[in-house]
Amino acid sequence: MKFLSFFASRVGKALLVVLGVVVINFFLIRLAPGDPAAVLAGQSGAGDAAYVAQLRTQFGLDQPLLTQLALYLRGVVQLDLGFSYRNHVPVLDLIVERLPATFLLMFCAFVFSLVLGVLLGVVAAKARYRNKRRWIDSAVTSGALLLYATPLFWLSLMGILLFSVILGWLPAFGMETVGSRLTGLDRALDIAQHLVLPTVTLGCFFMAVYVRLTRASMLEVIGMDFVKTARAKGVGPGRVIRAHVLRNALLPVITFAGIQLGQMAGGAVLTETVFAWPGIGRLMFDALLQRDYQLLLGIFLVTSILVVAFNLVTDVAYRLVDPRIAAGGTQGASA
Amino acid sequence: MKAFLRRYMRNPGAVAGLVIVALVAAAALLAPLLYEESPWMMVAAPLIPPFSDPAYPFGTDMLGRDITAGLVWGARVSLLVGLLSTGVALLFGILVGAVAGYCGGRIDDALMRFTEFFQTIPQLAMAVVLVAILGPSLYSIMGAIAVVSWPPAARLVRSEFMTLKQREFVQAAIVIGQTPGRIVCTQILPNAMSPIIVSASFMVATAILTESSLSFLGLGDRNQMSWGFMIGAARTMIRDAWWMSVWPGVAILLTVLAINLIGEGLSDALNPQLRRRGE
Repeated sequence: MKFLSFFASRVGKALLVVLGVVVINFFLIRLAPGDPAAVLAGQSGAGDAAYVAQLRTQFGLDQPLLTQLALYLRGVVQLDLGFSYRNHVPVLDLIVERLPATFLLMFCAFVFSLVLGVLLGVVAAKARYRNKRRWIDSAVTSGALLLYATPLFWLSLMGILLFSVILGWLPAFGMETVGSRLTGLDRALDIAQHLVLPTVTLGCFFMAVYVRLTRASMLEVIGMDFVKTARAKGVGPGRVIRAHVLRNALLPVITFAGIQLGQMAGGAVLTETVFAWPGIGRLMFDALLQRDYQLLLGIFLVTSILVVAFNLVTDVAYRLVDPRIAAGGTQGASA
Repeated sequence: MKAFLRRYMRNPGAVAGLVIVALVAAAALLAPLLYEESPWMMVAAPLIPPFSDPAYPFGTDMLGRDITAGLVWGARVSLLVGLLSTGVALLFGILVGAVAGYCGGRIDDALMRFTEFFQTIPQLAMAVVLVAILGPSLYSIMGAIAVVSWPPAARLVRSEFMTLKQREFVQAAIVIGQTPGRIVCTQILPNAMSPIIVSASFMVATAILTESSLSFLGLGDRNQMSWGFMIGAARTMIRDAWWMSVWPGVAILLTVLAINLIGEGLSDALNPQLRRRGE
């Protein structure tokens, strides 16, 4: 029962955030210089008087602001995110079509950065704590510092330069070889090859974040009394790290990973742009180029929903894994 | 102050960071003197490779623009946007955090919900949408960066205020009847300054990265040469002219790294106890 009320409160919170984004979108269109209908139509459609007039009635632009907001909200609830004049397709269809590619990329980058980040963080913390091979710790922390300062889009370009242009090992653009008509396993392998560079470059920045977090968290836990107790009762050094320290040090890292997802969604715009990856990030870039603001706002909304939904999942999973956390607790405080 | 300087100077990384930032700042300030012509001007043959012509040490781009001039002028935009947008974000963050931390209760609750909202939504996507719709200019870029970067500052200030509020000297100020505004400005805020300064330096670094991402996506100010724009323009030339994208990227990397190093140096120098405890 307690879990149910916790779940309900979290869902309510998530819905409030989504509502907030919708309201922001609504006011953004009105913040823009010029006629909102013309803004929505974008440069491409502004010349078409009939289209602008249709937009005006669709959004009730001749009615009071609150009525307009209600109209806009009703549209969103009915999954009507507008019509992309440029592509002659409803915005939602365009986005849904691109979602799988983004999911694939973000999932791979997330797993890559989390696994490697935690691993390197543990190695660095161990080296520092045992005071043996301190250079490992220095190398890992300086590497993380360096990656943390590298612009994501530039790292992607350098990846293309090195691995596609100079070495010729990996494909530079797209998700599949154009016109290859591969099926089954061959196609999966082809996609996997295209996936390597975007995953690694998108994951690198976040890996740096997780390295620093894991290391700090490990060093904090490693000095605690229960670790000394475990050692005193004769638990082996490897097991102390794995079963006692890491298990407790990982909790803040995982919450933070959930919170970081919003940033990764933003990073995906840059990575997908560089690699011409056919996801919603690239779609956002195209919408920018075409000044297709309905599409742009639709992507912003969908990205926010994705992030909120994922945060909800991590919150609930976290609660199931660690019953010490009370509903409405302040796990997010580390951010 | 002297002890602070001594502690700061003991950290080689922090000193190196300071030197790099000083060089970048000098380039930014002297840009109009070093390169009188606009960095948008075509001054030489297109695609001169780097280190081949001493007049254009970093080469030229596909339109014959001097990349060195672009780098020097780009430093202006990066530093200006980084500093000003952080300033705005910090002011707003301090305001929200101070009110939430000092007042507590329902006001705190409402303000923290508000902060959490801005922390949850994807920041870069929000900045992109803001700049695209308001029209790309230095002001909209700085505004958008400020909008997405104030929440951590607000949280930090709030937690500092909540602990400082309990301390005896603040309680004493309340007892002798100082007004809340005076207590906040003269008692609490000065004592919360060191963590705020440290996080401000990291915010500048992030702001520079965000600005470069926005200009890379073509959302930079059309009248200002910036490092992100240079990389964005070089994207399609990666096969023929590697130098076009390499140098501006190195410039961003070095500047952001240097500012992060300064931040870490400040953090160690301002919190010597923390350092001795072994982090």
